[in-house]
Amino acid sequence: MIEYRSVGKTFPGGSRAVEGFDLTIASHSTTVFVGSSGCGKTTLLRMVNRMVEPTHGQVLIDDVDVATRNPVELRRSIGYVMQQSGLLPHRSVLDNVGTVLRLQGVGRAETRRRSLEVMETVGLDTVLADRYPHQLSGGQQQRVGVARALVTDPNILLMDEPFGAVDPIVRDELQAELLRLQRDLGKTIVFVTHDVDEAFLLGDQVVILAKGGQRAQVGSPADILASPADDFVRSFVGLDKGGRELHVETRDGVQVVVDGQGRAAGLLKG
Amino acid sequence: MTWISNNLDLIGGYLVSHLWLSIVPIVLGFFLALPIGWVAHRVPLVRGIVLSTSSVLYTIPSLAFFAVMPAFIGTDYLDPLNVVIALTVYAVAVMVRFVVDGFASVSPTVLDAATATGYGRAGLAFRVQLPLAGPVLLAGLRVVSVSTVSLVSVGALIGVDNLGRLFTVGLLTDNNAEIVTGLVLVVLVAVVFDALLVLGGRLLLPWSSGPRTARTGVR
Repeated sequence: MIEYRSVGKTFPGGSRAVEGFDLTIASHSTTVFVGSSGCGKTTLLRMVNRMVEPTHGQVLIDDVDVATRNPVELRRSIGYVMQQSGLLPHRSVLDNVGTVLRLQGVGRAETRRRSLEVMETVGLDTVLADRYPHQLSGGQQQRVGVARALVTDPNILLMDEPFGAVDPIVRDELQAELLRLQRDLGKTIVFVTHDVDEAFLLGDQVVILAKGGQRAQVGSPADILASPADDFVRSFVGLDKGGRELHVETRDGVQVVVDGQGRAAGLLKG
Repeated sequence: MTWISNNLDLIGGYLVSHLWLSIVPIVLGFFLALPIGWVAHRVPLVRGIVLSTSSVLYTIPSLAFFAVMPAFIGTDYLDPLNVVIALTVYAVAVMVRFVVDGFASVSPTVLDAATATGYGRAGLAFRVQLPLAGPVLLAGLRVVSVSTVSLVSVGALIGVDNLGRLFTVGLLTDNNAEIVTGLVLVVLVAVVFDALLVLGGRLLLPWSSGPRTARTGVR
């Protein structure tokens, strides 16, 4: 369980990224922070592994304030995936995946075995093991990033817009892969995105953030759609443009789902 | 040609001392510039001082620098140490810029990711920043190597034995074979040093040159 207790962050220079933020994130579930740029979502995410130190309040993992933990050890115990994969350009794919194991003093043979194993878990062909990151496609690099984050089998996985820089087809693939992984592994995932559709697809709990890290609404995707807290949320999730208000029309005996602007969205089955 | 075969011992001796007079300043210069450049990279104030000092140092003419060395360090006028120390100072002055540029060339995204992955300070410095600065450090080392090899010859003017002697003596005695021999050998030394550096770079920085397969540390 991850807990934010009245967390605030004022950067040197006085800009307030986050103020009075409270949230509980249940274990083995996926929580998505979604908001426009500058809403503090990445700042909140990076407080969990002390890449950002809050200026007020506390962040707790399983009731322990992270401020009391050694930052380097804390980071090694938490998986972190970022947008530009952040792989080490001078290390092979296999070495990148095994980074944290080596940092923790695990032997070479054991590191190699576990790295190859986790490469298969995330759907990477092991023939890529000896390549350098720049020889991989964007989608493959992101998979390596996920493999690196999972190699120590951490309880917590932090993902900062991990699929933001890949093309839409690959993004769909990676999202589906993440859902499959999460079904198998049951990690506590904290995910940051600016894409509402991605948030609703992946999140058990979705946190919609307004400027300054203000919680606009917290809930399951269905709850948020059913009762948006205010106009900001309604507009942010796209309820104001009719794209999410679907109804059924019958055409030639087939039930077609149509959105508010009359565009066919799909078919109703069963 | 007969001049060469008659003077092989002399040429060999000059070659060996030329090699030593070059290698020591290049190696010393590199290892001194590394920590200085690191601090300069970290502390903006130090960076300003280091960079301006280094450009001033490099404008001092080498002959004058060799000649005033004894005044600073109390050596004999003919001591080869004058040349070694002056050339080390030049090497540091040139190299330190490349070190600063090299560390600055490391992508902040990669550093951020490495920190988030759990690299401590020392691990980050030695296993991420230093190797990633490698290509720029190598470029600097190649410049230092060529300039040091050629500057050593100037040392002949203040009586330090090296291949430069073949020019000075050859000029005095109007011996073209001697001059050409000196010229060719100095160029050859510079080219061989450069080739060795490039080869070393290929081995140590396999990731930076073209598509090839990694040699993984994990086997």
